[in-house]
Amino acid sequence: MKPFTYERPADVAEALAMAAAVPGSRFLAGGTNLVDLMKLQIEQPTHLVDVSRLPLAEIAETAEGGLRLGATTTNSQVAADMKVRARYPALAQAILSGASGQLRNKATTAGNLLQRTRCAYFYDTTKPCNKRQPGAGCAAIGGIYANTAIFGSSEACIATHPSDMAVAMSALDAQVEIAGPNGQERAISLEALHRLPGETPHIETSLQPGEMITAVVLPPPPPGGQIYRKARERASYAFAIGSVAVAGGKVALGAVAHKPWRARAAEQALADGANPAEAMAAELSSAKPDGHNDFKLKLMARLGAACLTTTGAGDGQ
Amino acid sequence: MSSVKDWAAPTPISENRSGLIGKGVDRYEGRLKVTGSAPFAYEVEAPSPPAYGVLIASPIAKGVVAAADISAAQAAPGVRLVWTPHNVPAQGERGAKMNPRSQRGSNPALAGKIEHFGQHVGFVVADTLENAKAAAALVRFEYAAEPADLIFEDNLAQADQPEGEEDMRVGDFEAAFAGAPVRLDETYVSPLQNHAQMEPCATTAWWDGDHVTVHTSIQMVKGGQHTLAETLMIPSTQVRLVTRYIGGGFGGKGQAYDDLTLAALAARELGQPVKVAYTRQQMFQATIHRPAVHMRVRLGAQADGRLDAFALEAVTHCRREAPFTEHAANFARSLYAAPNRLTGHRLVKLDIPAAGPMRAPGEASGMLSLECAMDELAEKLGLDPIELRLRNEPETDPETGKPFSTRQLVRCMTEGAQRFGWDRRNPKPGQVRDGRWLVGLGMAAAIRGNFLLPAKAGVRIDADGTITLRQGMTDIGTGTYTILAQITAETLGVPLAQVKVELGDSDFPPAPGSGGQFGAATAGSAAFAAGMNLRKALAELATGDPNSPLYGDDPELVTFGGGNIAVDNRAEPLERLVARAAPEGVYVEGSITPAADARDYSQHTYGAHFAEVGVDPDTGEVRLRRMFGVFAAGRILNAKTAMSQITGGMIWGVGTALHEYNEVDPRYGSFIAQDLAGYHVPAHADIVDLSAMFLDEVDDKANPMGIKGVGELGIAGAGAAIANAVYNACGARIRDYPLNPEKVLAALP
Ligand SMILES: Cc1cc2nc3c(=O)[nH]c(=O)nc-3n(C[C@H](O)[C@H](O)[C@H](O)COP(=O)(O)OP(=O)(O)OC[C@H]3O[C@@H](n4cnc5c(N)ncnc54)[C@H](O)[C@@H]3O)c2cc1C
Ligand code: SF4
Repeated sequence: MKPFTYERPADVAEALAMAAAVPGSRFLAGGTNLVDLMKLQIEQPTHLVDVSRLPLAEIAETAEGGLRLGATTTNSQVAADMKVRARYPALAQAILSGASGQLRNKATTAGNLLQRTRCAYFYDTTKPCNKRQPGAGCAAIGGIYANTAIFGSSEACIATHPSDMAVAMSALDAQVEIAGPNGQERAISLEALHRLPGETPHIETSLQPGEMITAVVLPPPPPGGQIYRKARERASYAFAIGSVAVAGGKVALGAVAHKPWRARAAEQALADGANPAEAMAAELSSAKPDGHNDFKLKLMARLGAACLTTTGAGDGQ
Repeated sequence: MSSVKDWAAPTPISENRSGLIGKGVDRYEGRLKVTGSAPFAYEVEAPSPPAYGVLIASPIAKGVVAAADISAAQAAPGVRLVWTPHNVPAQGERGAKMNPRSQRGSNPALAGKIEHFGQHVGFVVADTLENAKAAAALVRFEYAAEPADLIFEDNLAQADQPEGEEDMRVGDFEAAFAGAPVRLDETYVSPLQNHAQMEPCATTAWWDGDHVTVHTSIQMVKGGQHTLAETLMIPSTQVRLVTRYIGGGFGGKGQAYDDLTLAALAARELGQPVKVAYTRQQMFQATIHRPAVHMRVRLGAQADGRLDAFALEAVTHCRREAPFTEHAANFARSLYAAPNRLTGHRLVKLDIPAAGPMRAPGEASGMLSLECAMDELAEKLGLDPIELRLRNEPETDPETGKPFSTRQLVRCMTEGAQRFGWDRRNPKPGQVRDGRWLVGLGMAAAIRGNFLLPAKAGVRIDADGTITLRQGMTDIGTGTYTILAQITAETLGVPLAQVKVELGDSDFPPAPGSGGQFGAATAGSAAFAAGMNLRKALAELATGDPNSPLYGDDPELVTFGGGNIAVDNRAEPLERLVARAAPEGVYVEGSITPAADARDYSQHTYGAHFAEVGVDPDTGEVRLRRMFGVFAAGRILNAKTAMSQITGGMIWGVGTALHEYNEVDPRYGSFIAQDLAGYHVPAHADIVDLSAMFLDEVDDKANPMGIKGVGELGIAGAGAAIANAVYNACGARIRDYPLNPEKVLAALP
């Protein structure tokens, strides 16, 4: 670990100012991802601004009939919240399927969205990785790590985004509220937060330097059933090898792309009267497996169809 | 040398008057561990403030370190020393007197010649761990890489007979197999696995003049001591090695690694204590692993199921310069009857980290093959898998003809079948559903050899009555402290609270350490012998002491119980006797050696596993629903620790069947999983309903106490029971472990 300095702000404005004052600053929330990466010297911040105790830990009703999840609400807190469980069961299921109880107690809503890939070569600092070192090359291409993308990958990076929570939020059309260093505030769709790798896989989100996530806003739940299902190599405490969130007619897929993958083609097919299997086939027709991750095609086809069947999406209603 | 006949006589252990033997008493060191106050090697307080060492690993698999630039690291804050192959102090070569069980991970540490990815090429010591780490990143190496053989499957053609080994043949396998009416010929693959102990390799070292003290995490006290002495080129008497608590070994800490060597060397150089620990990644790349094994099983049977021909041939791999054979076929030599038999091993040499023993070496991989093959053969024959095994139950060892010391395999299977509800199994696969889950049952047999090695123990009683057992034995988390306390207390007829156990110190009477499930029998038998010698010494003390109520009695008639020494109704408390007649205390030693005629018996532990799994047809995920095992492993010393050992082994079997594997990158020679987020062992949620029972048994050919090992038996066969259950659930026969979602999904219609 590289030596670094640490500060704990009292409010958002102070946090933004502290981060702006020191080049190489990072926000620290639960630390469950950032600190791990610092120990491996994959992340090397010079300064940490600890946002975990900012007054952003509330889950509040919005005027529109949705919920605003403060940036520092913990994963455990959101998953246990009765409003979330009643109205956004897919979100509660997604969060509870991730990590472990201990980690969820520390992990925050904003930190979870911004956690970095679990690509094995990203973690092995003896290997070339365009995310760690832009221009170095990508060891995963031609490698043996199989939990890689089948949608939207590039010549520069084939990694996936590992969050479960974000996949459910994507299907729920969540908005992300952002505060900037000069006091400006903006809101973007969750879909617009994460980027595809393109030529610059080290730039993972559309956040500008110094910007901070202050909340995630869930619109009123869509009509129709919700579900989140996750396939993984053991019953708990493992990242997804494929996951599906359905909320009404909205579908998002996890562990298949550099971001939560909104399955627009499947949604369109459903709207056009396709059955679950047809809808998934429509989505997967544009998938590009690379030989190592071909199993994801069959996995996503079956898991997606099963989820759509369970929620009743695509039964012609 | 003793004879097994000497072991049949009644003893305080077999009489078990205070009932301590077999009782599920709590762990001796349990409170210290759960309260975080047991000092593990890295946490041991040094006599003066320590410096911290960090190891730097090679990013190439084979070649040499051509150049190293240490200037930036040397100038970094807090740095005390920076070593590379070019300036590391001289180290002794590995010599003959070394314990063969205790190989050095690399020889010497920081060798310039690189034999595998992750081999250590640099070492930095600084005032803090963080400064050492930061400086380590500043050392610049240049390498001259050479082509390396990295992938087992790509190198099968070079498989060769391990040096000094021959195939074992009985009868004419080829002819019998060719003529058998029902035949099976399948190959099973078990993957490379890592030990993944919770506690990494770690050492705290300091010097006192020309004597070094090391606290380290190692399974073999004497092996570690001699290895370090050799490395430092000093007599073993100048090395004190202490290993009080060990956070998991599983065979992976049977040898000394670079943390031990470099902590000792650096502490000498700096005149200051030094601490060195492996990182999680280094635990994967720079220790040993269980190698992958390809196992070809051929079975030739009569229509009634009796085997005519049986063969198990295993191909495995090791590091080029560190020969090691995973003896995956050995167990099969004693399991089923068949007049024509062939077993053997072949070895592929690779430029990857060294293969070595991992919990139940041989059986853990080997039984994954034969115990599935028996399931497949049973289906071909239209027989129940248990019935097939019953029809091939041998009366004597099928290869050597020796009598079995004990063998309750049949009872394990029949008792287990009844308690598990085996009769509910539908022999036709894919028939049972529970919601979306396809449900199936499977079983497998278990066998694991039993061993006794030479060992010593010392025991003293002090004037306050405290009895202290001392042994250069280790407790790697198995319960050794606890069972040694029980044996000592029962032998001397005192309450458990009166006994102290001190282990893991090279100054103590030597025991071979923990491994091969020989620990309890070996260390325990020596402790028992020491206890018997102390009885004798105390009996003589009392009967020769005019102030004792036992004065003038025949020492042979003296009994021990309730903390007293007695003849008939004349008695006195032990502490009164010792305080009066030997106020400085009484110390004796005892030892055990294997009986000369023990080899006249085929000696094993046995069991049967039963598993119920669910298979998710949408995802190929397999989840264990319940698992039950029945085992016969001699006299059980502690119901609780033995149960944790056996169920812990079964859980390893679950991991073997469903989760655990590592793969080597064909370009770099590195493992793909290097941490516990990537290397999956079962989590709590994977083990919802798993239990076991022991059959009553005493094996009087095993040792004076009639006990046997339980540490490894639980793994043997467990994974095969699960694979058989997966087949029964969904009809997919997967012969390539683990049965992860990717493979199961591919095999599903
Ligand atoms: C062993 C293990 C298993 C796991 N398994 C799963 C799993 O199965 N599924 C899953 O989804 N996740 C899993 N996780 C990941 C876990 O969910 C994340 O580590 C966690 O959600 C991150 O949240 P945090 O608050 O700790 O973030 P931190 O580690 O504190 O921060 C993560 C990133 O977010 C930034 N950040 C934090 N807050 C803000 C803010 N308000 N504004 C801007 N930037 C911010 C930080 O600078 C940092 O870059 C696992 C983690 C571990 C260690
Ligand atoms: S896939 Fe992306 S994260 Fe993985 S090695 Fe390549 S560039 Fe790095």
